[in-house]
Amino acid sequence: MKIAVASGKGGTGKTTLALAMAEAMAEGCTLLDCDVEEPNCHLFVDVEPWQELPVAVSIPEFTDNGDCDGCGRCVRACRFQALARLGKRVLVFPEMCHCCGGCVLACPHKVLREVPFDIGTLQFRHGPGFELISGVMNVGYAMAPPLIRQLKRHIPPEGLVIMDAPPGTACPMVTTVRNNDFVILVTEPTPFGLHDLKLAVATLQETNLPCGVIINRADEGVALIRDYCQEVKLPVLLEIPYQREIAESYSRGGSLLTVFPSLRVSFRTLLTTQIPALLQAEGRL
Amino acid sequence: MKELLIISGKGGAGKTCLTAALATLVAPCVLADCDVDAADLHLLLKPETQKSEPFYSGVMPEIIYDRCVDCYRCYSLCRFGAISILTTHPRILADACEGCGVCADQCPEEAIVLHDRHCGEWYMSSTPCGTMAHARLHPGAENSGKLVTAVRQAAKAAAEAEGRELLLSDGPPGIGCAVIAAMTGVDAALIVTEPSLSGMHDMKRVAKLARNFEVDFQVVINKADINPELSDEIAAFCRRNDIGIAGTIPFDPLFTTALRQGKTVMEYPDSVPAQAIRQIWQHVQEKLL
Amino acid sequence: MKVALTSRGNNLDAALDSRFGRAANFLLWDSASGAVEVLENTQNLNLAQGAGIQSAMRVVENGAKAVITGHCGPKAFRVLQEAGVKVYLTQAKDGHEAIRLFKAGELKEAAAADVEGHWT
Repeated sequence: MKIAVASGKGGTGKTTLALAMAEAMAEGCTLLDCDVEEPNCHLFVDVEPWQELPVAVSIPEFTDNGDCDGCGRCVRACRFQALARLGKRVLVFPEMCHCCGGCVLACPHKVLREVPFDIGTLQFRHGPGFELISGVMNVGYAMAPPLIRQLKRHIPPEGLVIMDAPPGTACPMVTTVRNNDFVILVTEPTPFGLHDLKLAVATLQETNLPCGVIINRADEGVALIRDYCQEVKLPVLLEIPYQREIAESYSRGGSLLTVFPSLRVSFRTLLTTQIPALLQAEGRL
Repeated sequence: MKELLIISGKGGAGKTCLTAALATLVAPCVLADCDVDAADLHLLLKPETQKSEPFYSGVMPEIIYDRCVDCYRCYSLCRFGAISILTTHPRILADACEGCGVCADQCPEEAIVLHDRHCGEWYMSSTPCGTMAHARLHPGAENSGKLVTAVRQAAKAAAEAEGRELLLSDGPPGIGCAVIAAMTGVDAALIVTEPSLSGMHDMKRVAKLARNFEVDFQVVINKADINPELSDEIAAFCRRNDIGIAGTIPFDPLFTTALRQGKTVMEYPDSVPAQAIRQIWQHVQEKLL
Repeated sequence: MKVALTSRGNNLDAALDSRFGRAANFLLWDSASGAVEVLENTQNLNLAQGAGIQSAMRVVENGAKAVITGHCGPKAFRVLQEAGVKVYLTQAKDGHEAIRLFKAGELKEAAAADVEGHWT
């Protein structure tokens, strides 16, 4: 089973929860840190990676063999401004390239060919019980989706997989949640939390993925989120009470389970019973 | 007219609450919500929309089925899995499409046309604190940097037309294109951080960006008392790197309480956060603007 | 020789635009005749990305052999360097001052981009 932990807004506790869930499930669980722009999971799993794999994409390379007549078809074909033509030469800007292959197809003189280009690494760590695989994008590269797609190829065939999704509702988040069995949306009971939850729900509706909500920092204002969830028939999976100790523990790199040991059982029930039951009820399992 | 950008790197640091509080303090001013992926400022400032404009960026293909001969060349060339052939005729999967245009360029029948992609809307609104420019990017849409530029241009034009002295701009999270679009050419910036490992990490990256763009900036440490040791570490980092600290704000549930009532903390003038923010504003006026 | 200056306006009196890719205008100043031609940069100014590259190509295509600006990012710099266009960085306030410094040989040729590009 593949479960993504996402939120429309940063700072709701998504990473903290994803880590705590993986810690609660322990053996046989894999945590994927898909927030490749700012991967933070490994800050809480303080061990060196046992394996690192480079990730490359295919980008065009110009062959200066005299065949280029400077027609400029490649530059016009590129919709991402990744190519510049100077007379009968072409410059490639890898950081702008979306790897669509359009320029290579457009060139009538075969002076462009595709070559690998490193965009980041995958880091594998043995966490406390679970396995952590983090995607780390190279500084200076800005396109997360290809790295996330590579990261997702390392999903083990069996066992539970939890994915810490990038914040927001843009491409990186959509790339992460696609093909998951279930998406857990983490929110907090404030008007900001509610508003960003609505954005995330709208995004997930387009992908037709089943989802549920965890209300983090639940305090007296929790009705705000509960009422909305009831209105749009979105299951509230769990409410985690607000405690200042959590923020303090997090700021030191501590685990949620240390502050709330009882959550270990709650997470196990959620992932092994509650969510499968929801999927079954919807006829998805 | 001066433009002050409030930014944080990490989400949830308190950027929008601080922007709204400052707006209440200095009203009337002009506001720009540059966090177009998850615009939240309007929840606090309750704008009345005066004008709405569609925002286009990139291209979206459309298959003209009268011309399509089902050769599936588009399907075999698309690198993004954005063309489905599960049905007889190929079909575009909009949410997977990157807008590269290869399908249209390479279609032997010229059966695919490209349209400008409608990615969102931007608005001019009136709020109790002054005119506000804000936007909404459609789910899954890209290119928020360009939309940020549109929002800022609209806000600047309004500030000039109305003769306002201050443009307050609420920045997007991260350090990507949207942040740079919000940062280039501003007069000053406040970086809001919190004493956590990720808060500090992200603050350093934004600070580096601001240095590169030669923007005068200072740091605000929010929720400073959550972890006094880390707050001290942030302060020490700032001293070492010659970065000014505009002030600190203690952790206070009043932010959440006020937010729930759609208010800013300035509406509780005697509260600790309101006092802290007044001091920050005084400091900003003296040292930054 | 043609020299491209980044400008906020459309003549040498106007302030120098410190940005290259997103400069408001380019002023093509002919060092032999002193004539000034205005190249508008509106299209590039509004590009979501790649403004530096496009602006650099534009300047190259219009025959400039040198660029005088405030700052230059790495992508634009690479295009200019590959095209053999020299880049001079200055804090001069307007076009006249920039040209005076250029003529006096007081502008130093940049060996590398001085600001990071957008995608950092």
